[in-house]
Formats: sequence, C-alpha cells, structure tokens
Amino acid sequence: MKADSTGILTVEELKEIGRYPSEERMKQGPIAIAECTQNIPCNPCETSCPFHAITIGERITSLPVVDPAKCVGCATCVTACSGQAIFIVDKSFSEEVGTVSFPYEYLVKFKKDDIVKCANRAGEYVCDGKVKRVVLTAKADHCYVVTLEVPISMVDEVRSVYRTWED
Amino acid sequence: MKEYEMIVIGGGAAGLSAAIEAKRHGVNVLLIDSNDKAGGQLVKQTHKFFGAKMHRAGTRGFNICKELLKESEDLGVEVLLNGLVMGIYDGDTVAVDVKVSLTEHKLMMLKAKNIVISTGASENAVRFEGWTLPGVMGAGAAQTMVNYRHVLPGKKMLMIGSGNVGLIVSYQLMQAGVEIKGIVEALPKITGWQVHASKLTREGIHIYTGYTIKKAHGTDRVTGATIAKVNPDWSLVSGSEIEVDCDFICIGAGLKPLTGLAHMAGCELIYDKALGGWAPAHNYNMETTKKGIYVAGDATGLEEASTAIEEGTIAGAAIAEATGHLSAAEAEERKAGAWRRLADLRDGFHGEERLAAKNKQLAEYDRLMGVRE
Repeated sequence: MKADSTGILTVEELKEIGRYPSEERMKQGPIAIAECTQNIPCNPCETSCPFHAITIGERITSLPVVDPAKCVGCATCVTACSGQAIFIVDKSFSEEVGTVSFPYEYLVKFKKDDIVKCANRAGEYVCDGKVKRVVLTAKADHCYVVTLEVPISMVDEVRSVYRTWED
Repeated sequence: MKEYEMIVIGGGAAGLSAAIEAKRHGVNVLLIDSNDKAGGQLVKQTHKFFGAKMHRAGTRGFNICKELLKESEDLGVEVLLNGLVMGIYDGDTVAVDVKVSLTEHKLMMLKAKNIVISTGASENAVRFEGWTLPGVMGAGAAQTMVNYRHVLPGKKMLMIGSGNVGLIVSYQLMQAGVEIKGIVEALPKITGWQVHASKLTREGIHIYTGYTIKKAHGTDRVTGATIAKVNPDWSLVSGSEIEVDCDFICIGAGLKPLTGLAHMAGCELIYDKALGGWAPAHNYNMETTKKGIYVAGDATGLEEASTAIEEGTIAGAAIAEATGHLSAAEAEERKAGAWRRLADLRDGFHGEERLAAKNKQLAEYDRLMGVRE
C-alpha cells in the first residue's frame, strides 16, 4: 500500500480493501468510516458504539467493520478512536453539498458558520467549507468533533481544516 | 540497614503496577524513583492509548498515570523520590543516592529479598555532522519539555525517525504550536502506525521516507539542517539534498532497555533486536536468572505502557506469593490473567515479532537455569 511510505491513504485504496461505504449508503445519511488499515491491538470503537454497529471481535487486532445498517453516524467512535482514524461522512443533504466530521485536538480558531479552507488526507487545500458544528463532550476528553459542509465531490477527500503556520 | 520485603526500582508504568499489586496483597514494599514525581514516561503521554477496556484503552497516558499514582497512594505504598539507585549488591542490597537539595546528596543502603528492576529505557542517538549542537535532542526529551515542563524547545522542528515516538511527539509538538518542518525516515517505509502518520499528513506534514539527516547547521545552536536521500547501501544520493529551515532537531531513533542494574546484579542478558537490544532473560514470574531479582516493562524489552503494566502486575503477584502473602493458586490466578492480557496486546502482525522475542526470553531462562519441561 502506498500509504506505507507516505502516510497518506487514498479513497481508492480504502475502496480496494473494502473499507469504504457504498455511494448508495452515504446518500442515505451519515455513516462512520474507519480509516484503519493495520492490525492495531485496539477496540474502543467497538466498545464505545451505542448501536453496536462496529465489530472487531474476539481478537482485538482485527480491523473494525462498520455495519451500514446499524450505524447512524453519531460520532461517538470518532473521539473514542485512539488513532483518530474514524470520520463521519454524509451525502444525504442534496446533490451539491455533504458533510464530513473529524476529530480535532488543536486550538479551535473557527466557529459555526465560518467559511474555512479544507484539507485532504495529504493536508492540501482542496476547497472551502462551512463549519456546521464544533462539538466537545465530556466523554471525548478534550477531543473536538468538527463537522464541515463541503461540495459533495469533496466529501471523500476532506479530512481536516487546512493548516497555515502564520498564526 | 532498613529492610523491606520488596524494593521496586523505577516508578513508571511497570514499577507502579508491581508495587500496587504486591501492596494490595500485603507485601511491605518500597518504590524508588529518581525523579521528583513517580509515573515515568506516562506523565507526559497526552495521547489516548490503544488496547482494550481492560488495558485502559482510550484513556490518555497521563490520566492512566494519575490513576496508578492514586491507587498506590490509597494502598499506602511507601515511595522514595529523588533516589537514584547506583547498584545492587549481594543480590539483596540496594545503594541509593538520594538528592536532598541541589548540592546535597546522601547515600542510603536498603535491603530486600525481592527486587524489581523497572528502570525503563533510554533513547538511541544518531550521529551526524552537528549532532552535538544545542537544539539537537531526543524526541522523548522534547516531549518532556513540552508536555510536562510546559516549555517549547523551539519554533520549527525536524524529526529524525518515523516510529511511533517520532510520530506522536511530532503531533504533540504541533498541538503546542511548533511548526513541523518534516519527518525523515531512512527506511523506505514508515515504521510507526499508519493512523499516527495520517494525523500528521492531513495537517500537511511531509514524511520523507528514504531520507536521512546529513548535517545540522549552526555554530552556537541549530539554525537549520540538510537532509538527503539514502541509497540501498546507506550512502547518500548526491544532489538529493534538501535544506530544512528549523531551529531544533528531534531524534526518535528507538530506545534500548536500561540494563545496567540487571547486568551489575549478575542477571543473564540476551540480545534481541526486536526488543531494543540486550535485556534480562526471565521466567513466567518475571524473575531473572538471579533469584529474587525481577524485571518488568521496557527494562526487559521495548514495548508499550500497557504491556509494562501487565508485566509489573505479574512480578507483584509472584513476589506476594514468594513472601507468603498469596497462596500459589491465588497468585496463579493473578498471573494467568495478566499473561492473557499480554497475549492480546502481542497479537497480530505487528505483535508477532515481539511475541517471538518475549517467548525466546522465557526459553532462554529455562536453558540457562537448566529447567526441563
């Protein structure tokens, strides 16, 4: 896998190994995607899910499997994941825009409805997005969940807020 | 000379767990740590840990540290801080240099029939032109500065090494506001977990696989660095140099077990690259080839805090048994539980090598001691 040398996963690679939800499912509403491709001995995603939608099983090194029928995209797993590798995508709003939610453990310098630059898995600026929510629960222990509204074609790409080092 | 049933040397994840487990069963234990606070490397681990619920997964390392310290305090574990153990003599006497103040030290001699060496590990160095300049530091040192002492080591950082320490420390420095100028990894592949690498790449951090540091620039301190591509024979590819604008350089090139005390005490060491080098052979009880001397955690091979906790628990239970505070059956239940949790943590592709190396340590103990199946 190319990510072994770059650290950057691609949608194509995730689809190839069967770890990406179908277009059809994403159009029905929010769903979690575990971008977790190595056998880490870890299972908080499974134990944290209130809907029992993520399965790792007896061997904690198995990869998480998200059940598209049970997952409601609540994002509990997003902050439970110690590897910060779970994202929520939603393409159900319209033909034009969708949302991406991701874990965020930095100083938050934006608020709801702000327009921010969005970054892909390589940290490149790919589009502008609107901040829909910034959520911090006690259970998440200082890990925010940021939800951005982005062009529908960018839902599979956007994974963070674009970082500039000036400020 | 003051005597204890058990002395634990090093109050990190392994040592604290050993002391807690033993004290829980009534063992008279003293925990010695060379720092002004126990907790070892956990005090500065701000990330959430992997594992399962029973390994405290999803909890940040420094919070696991707080839990362990509270447990040890509630049980009344006696702790000696600022105490640097200089040697183990006759298998049961511990010499401690206790720092009373900046200038005043006193020597203490203590005795115990059961000693746990849980001294952790030290960082490996990488030598390159300019490596002795101020501003070149271990990744662990930078992590202590930023997360524990709350001091920024600099503004712009270059990391050497893409193992989990290199990746995690880069991430935490970035959280503190440091500009990460890049991570170089001489191997063609990132050696840490992909999820840790991805946290950095989506923030725009470049991981230069197949690159190494050629030179650190500066006269009084680091003012920059040159990195270059590595040939398969480890020579540098001429013309591949890239100049990096940084004011400090972190080295995350792995760790090796701190085996000085074990070596001095006469414990047999065996070499295994997968465990970071030389480490004491030990048995199912974590006891070394020297009777009454136990090891736990990174001091017996580089692993994780979660594995250190389990190894400490095994040593603590074994000593509770040896001192008559636990019956063989009760101790076995505690030890078997910890070994089961260890098996989980060493499962899978990335754990295979470590599991094989740990099994070799056990087998080597049997061979050295002439134990038959």
